[in-house]
Amino acid sequence: MTYGTLKTLGVLITFLIAVGIFGRRTYQLLWVNLKRGQPSAPFKQWNERLKGLLVYVAGQLRLFRFLVPGTAHFFMFWGFTLLSLTILQALIEGFAAFASPEFKMPILAYFGPLALIHDLLILCVIGSISYAMYLRVIVNPERYKGSHKSQGIMVLSFVLTIMLGLLVMNGANINLGRDPIGAWRPISMLVGKLYAGLGAGAQEVIAEVAYWVHLLVVLLFLTELPEGKHFHVITSVPAVLLRNLEPPGRLSKVPEFEGKFGVSVMDQFRWRQMFDFYTCTECGRCQEVCPAYNSGSPLSPKLLIMDLRHNLTERGDALTAPSTEAAKAALAKPLVGDVITEQVLWSCTTCYACDQECPLFIEHVSPIVDMRRHLVYEGRMDSMLQEALANLGRYGNSFGQSERGRAKWAQPVKPKIKDVRKEPVEYLWFVGDYASYSAGLADVTRKTAEVFQKAGLDFGILYEAERNAGNDVRRVGEEGLFDMLVEKNVQAMDKATFKTIVTTDPHTYNTFKNEYPSNGSGPRPVLHYAELLDQLITEGRLKFSKKLDYVVTYHDPCYLGRYNGVYDAPRRVIEATGCRIIEMPRHGDRALCCGAGGGRIWMDEGAVKERPSESRIREAVALEGVTAFVVACPKDITMYRDAVKTTGQESRLVVKDLIELVHEAMAGDGTQN
Amino acid sequence: MSQDVFVIVEHLRGKVADISYVMLAAARVMAQATGGQVVAVLLGNNAAGLADNLAADRVLYVEHPALSDFTSAAYQTVLDGLLREQAPRAALLGDTSMGGDVAAWLAARLAWPLVSSCRSMGAEGDALKFVSQTCGGKIMAEGDLPGPSALVMMVPGGYKPEQGQSAQAPQVTQVMAPSLEGLRVTVDSYIEPDTSDVDITKEPILIGVGRGIQNQDNIELAQELAQALGGVVCASRPVVDQGWMPTTRLVGKSGKTIKPKLYIALGVSGAPEHVEGVADCEMFIAINTDPNAPIFDIAKYGSQIDMFDLLPVLTEQVQQAKGG
Amino acid sequence: MNVVVVVKLVPDLVEELAIDESGTALDTTYLRLIVNELDNHAIEQAILLKERAGGQVTVIAPDLEGVDDVLFTAAAKGADRLIKLTGDLSAVNNFALANALAAIIKEIKPDLVLTGVQANNDLDGSVGPRLAAQLGMAYVGYVSGVTPVGDGVKVRKEYAGGLVAQMTVKLPAVLGIQAAEKPPRYVPISKVRQVSKTAKLEARPAGDLDTGNGATVSRMFKPETGAHATMIEGDVDEVADRLVALFKEQGVL
Repeated sequence: MTYGTLKTLGVLITFLIAVGIFGRRTYQLLWVNLKRGQPSAPFKQWNERLKGLLVYVAGQLRLFRFLVPGTAHFFMFWGFTLLSLTILQALIEGFAAFASPEFKMPILAYFGPLALIHDLLILCVIGSISYAMYLRVIVNPERYKGSHKSQGIMVLSFVLTIMLGLLVMNGANINLGRDPIGAWRPISMLVGKLYAGLGAGAQEVIAEVAYWVHLLVVLLFLTELPEGKHFHVITSVPAVLLRNLEPPGRLSKVPEFEGKFGVSVMDQFRWRQMFDFYTCTECGRCQEVCPAYNSGSPLSPKLLIMDLRHNLTERGDALTAPSTEAAKAALAKPLVGDVITEQVLWSCTTCYACDQECPLFIEHVSPIVDMRRHLVYEGRMDSMLQEALANLGRYGNSFGQSERGRAKWAQPVKPKIKDVRKEPVEYLWFVGDYASYSAGLADVTRKTAEVFQKAGLDFGILYEAERNAGNDVRRVGEEGLFDMLVEKNVQAMDKATFKTIVTTDPHTYNTFKNEYPSNGSGPRPVLHYAELLDQLITEGRLKFSKKLDYVVTYHDPCYLGRYNGVYDAPRRVIEATGCRIIEMPRHGDRALCCGAGGGRIWMDEGAVKERPSESRIREAVALEGVTAFVVACPKDITMYRDAVKTTGQESRLVVKDLIELVHEAMAGDGTQN
Repeated sequence: MSQDVFVIVEHLRGKVADISYVMLAAARVMAQATGGQVVAVLLGNNAAGLADNLAADRVLYVEHPALSDFTSAAYQTVLDGLLREQAPRAALLGDTSMGGDVAAWLAARLAWPLVSSCRSMGAEGDALKFVSQTCGGKIMAEGDLPGPSALVMMVPGGYKPEQGQSAQAPQVTQVMAPSLEGLRVTVDSYIEPDTSDVDITKEPILIGVGRGIQNQDNIELAQELAQALGGVVCASRPVVDQGWMPTTRLVGKSGKTIKPKLYIALGVSGAPEHVEGVADCEMFIAINTDPNAPIFDIAKYGSQIDMFDLLPVLTEQVQQAKGG
Repeated sequence: MNVVVVVKLVPDLVEELAIDESGTALDTTYLRLIVNELDNHAIEQAILLKERAGGQVTVIAPDLEGVDDVLFTAAAKGADRLIKLTGDLSAVNNFALANALAAIIKEIKPDLVLTGVQANNDLDGSVGPRLAAQLGMAYVGYVSGVTPVGDGVKVRKEYAGGLVAQMTVKLPAVLGIQAAEKPPRYVPISKVRQVSKTAKLEARPAGDLDTGNGATVSRMFKPETGAHATMIEGDVDEVADRLVALFKEQGVL
């Protein structure tokens, strides 16, 4: 038996084993396990989806949000993709070895430019891997906390070995003169020079050993692929292709099983959600930007997905052999309360930073809300949240105050604000709970009215017919209450005559825009007041009598910025008043949530290391010259005023709502406010 | 049938409750109008001494081992017979944990009219008039007390206990107890209130927190003010029910009665159940954003300012005034 | 254990209350009725007993605005039977209510009747003790814990000052609940809606709702504001200044 025959047999057998292991495991994970999941919505908008492949997979766009690691991964990805041809080449040449040991793969073995690219890529990959190794072993950043470190190092070592193996093999082949395009491999040539002095026999041994090492490690890697975070190599393309194209601010429908709402068992997730669990690379970017995690709460979006993945796999394995003790234990473990604790679920502010950051579009908020829906169904929540929900149900606001008090803030406003229940208007101003009921915010709400009046806007409010819009009620998981609030608001709005809704609150804005049912003639047009002011300024209907020269920083509200992409309009308004903006490092879609969303403002705070709002104020205060922190959401005003006090920064920073700047700049009598 | 006014004395663990004296004061007003006597009714075992400072014209004392402790069953049985026999113009009981177990039951059994939550009694010619509080103290109701016999459940607030106390011990007549076999309610034991904590009834400076404190963490703000002033934090029922403060700090109907020099009520609405627990207070200050809160009818000074804005500033000013 | 819970609907004190034209009753134009909070505790305690020791829970409430929701919510928590007391119940006192209820409860022959120890609109004592007298049952009020034991129950009775008496009560009995052992649970609206599609509300007429020889209110009024607190106006600093001055006057500072 010749070496060639042995080689072919060796390659064939190891290849079949590796593919068999890989295939069997992938079948179990991606077919058998996922089949138990619920149906996922039909996938449409294929143009958009394919474009996404270009931008997010080929372009690795989201990776670059963490610049250096992102660049490293860019090369790892392209390296892997293009260098896979070398694996193909190695296999084919291996299969052919019994017949023709000198066999070279057609085209691939002769195409010089590709060889050059490969060589350079190998170098880039080695660089990237080394950086990644350094990151993981030496730096060990916070975002890796909880990720499988040894698995990561193992795979990095695999890839490094494969790359070095390739270079050594190529180098030896070049030394032997066996490579027709050896001149196109500068790096391999350099490596080959290290042992160029050795005899031909030694070179051949080196070449073959390098070949086997590199091939066997590739096949070993293949078998390891389904076992953890590297499965993303397989699932990333479908994940991006089949990503959720619904507006981020639109939550999924409530899953219902035998009359019970929410997800309480793994199989109640949609298979597309399960697919997300398998796609997590444990990169920790989501964890890095999570306000809950960074305030010391037990929620980490990354660990959440990892735990869900573990449960999915564990259950899948248990169901193939359900009678063992271990299997029974795995199947008996409650998903909600054990695999994922209640505390973790309630810690989420639904700020969307995690979903925004994830390079593979994994949805974290979606499974959290689905599990919250189950908790609410069972009545499992802290007493403060319970009271807020009871108040919302009874009075339509979380403050527990009578509906009749909703428009009390408007009493001093002259002329009296139009009542849209009684007369038609152009703009229906949906004021919102906080702006209406919070004693400390009444002033700002009145200023908003004054600005609208001065701008000559034809606007009105619903007075007592207004109810909480329900955005956060929905995110807490009380869908029935959300439906009830929507019903009441829609009833009131359908009776009124108006062209556009304008809201003070981004949460209200979000749910109106994305979740409220359209009336007969289409979705209701809705603007956040920053957008409206921007429009008015552009149209010249808003005139500023003086230029404010404050140096300010602007905080992007989660439900205005990340969720709905409104970043520029508020900034244009601020600049139009004459203020100068200095951006905080975390701005735009990186803005740090104030911590009030997702119903958190209705819940017991619990133990915190550092409130997200306080971290934000510290970030603002670090900007030299900035004296005002500008917000565009009533809950932000509340949260940040508190944070300024608790961080002792009252003399340094003042919290102003956007409307206060506009109001001041419009003050007709020229005196300073 | 008589024009006497009976007062069912409430006592627990050897001490006469303040409400008994309040009732005696009210009974005096009534008896003066009806021309009858104020008769204190004392049920107990070896408890005749409790009658010593009652401001009554005479005392009817019923002694029986089964009356060593208060039970609804024992008191119902004794009073049913006694009141039926004596048929006074009115019988007063406390609107309390004790009186509440008995009065309405008697009203149903005897088919006598009953007025509860009564703060004070008055007279207009022949008619006896009651003034009761309702709807959490936000509404008052007054009317005639029907005859020939009626029951009244009294709450504190209309009279000072001193008005029902006397230096002279009244004449005590012992009345035979009826059979008290086979009572359906018996006492097993008592659980003493926790004495390891501060006794708020003895504190001169108290900061009270009500529902308006919103959550447990905010109580710290009140603690800081209390510390600065040298006082202690107490609470109303909603706060204790949530578990944010122990029951030893509860001020009110089912809690303790405080007699501070200075009491600052933060976010307390002023419902009678709490206010009942503030027997006497030299300086009562209420902070509440609701201008209609009943607490402002009891407090001496008030402000609608948001307590969360006020507390840090106030605490700092107090600290400065004390330490410089 | 067969438990009946009696529920009252009472004025919501969150709303501003007004007196009607006759001057003897509340103006009902903006009056909202809500379930008596202590009756909510009674429902919770009944459900807890059912969860621990089995049995049936019947909830009875008067047919006033909002009663359907109250009863369906109780069913969603686990109540088995729902009875609506019909008739003109807007101006009845507890004397009349107890009479009407006694007839119905006698039929059910429960082991325990639970109801809130008081309601904010009680003017002739509370319903519980009256029912006990009518039904010939024992009564203990201000109860914050109920445990079945043998042919009776052990209850925790609360006194002022934090003192608690542990008592044994022979069944059948009526208990006036001050607090359930756990705060009343939350039921999501979706569950209540689900239940409302299948649960049955039995309507039972209240019969003669004679308010008896009870006292009549000749005048209802808001307490005199003569003794109103002196309000301190101004911003935070001004209020703090004034308070510190008062503290100094008091000799506290």
